[in-house]
Amino acid sequence: MEELLHYHFDVDGANFASAGEASVQVKRLLRQMGFSPDLIRRVSIAMYEGEINMVIHANGGDADIYMDPEQIRVVLKDHGPGIKDIALAMQEGYSTAPDNIRSLGFGAGMGLPNMKRYSDDMTVESTVGVGTTITLVFRSV
Amino acid sequence: MTVAQLLEKTGWQSLLSVDETREIAGGYAGDLLSWVMGRAESGDCWFTIMSNLNVVAVAQLTDVACVVFTEGVMPDEAILKAAALHDINLIRAEEPTYAACARLGELLR
Repeated sequence: MEELLHYHFDVDGANFASAGEASVQVKRLLRQMGFSPDLIRRVSIAMYEGEINMVIHANGGDADIYMDPEQIRVVLKDHGPGIKDIALAMQEGYSTAPDNIRSLGFGAGMGLPNMKRYSDDMTVESTVGVGTTITLVFRSV
Repeated sequence: MTVAQLLEKTGWQSLLSVDETREIAGGYAGDLLSWVMGRAESGDCWFTIMSNLNVVAVAQLTDVACVVFTEGVMPDEAILKAAALHDINLIRAEEPTYAACARLGELLR
């Protein structure tokens, strides 16, 4: 069995303009490793949405990527305020993002739905006051 | 139709050309970035009035053929630099978004 590749990224909560750096690096890595363009697109967009969420709501967090030829697993962990009602947060259009974030083009309430749309499997674990961990699985075959 | 052909036929201003041979397969118009990431397809011409650095990241992740800033919007120097770093074609059109989309629609017909 091939060894699992693991990459870790710190998502900087202070710098909104640089949000997405981890996703862009992951996109480059996946391309080098020869994954299909469709898979690369799905992984990098979903991860970007996760990064943005961590910057907007949780002052940053950790992104871990585990890759093997069959699947890619992305784990996004933060110590933010947590999600009160996950089912509500998963609805398209529902957002708690502040106005200054909306003026940048975010906060449309499509972040979590996009993560679900582009992944093959998504789990959200969240405790109010403790933080949120989102695990995304993408199958390459 | 390539990006070069789009520029030639519309007279829109090229702000940054990194690959004018890129084929345009379709178009998407929108300013809410998550909608763009959910709906725009690889090879699309993306019309927007949003001009902040995140536009560059979204353009790269969605793999659009080019970004067209409509309504005469002029992105700042930081965006041009980031787009150069990430190989994103940037175009500027004076027309409103609808008119610009309609022109692309005609050209792709």
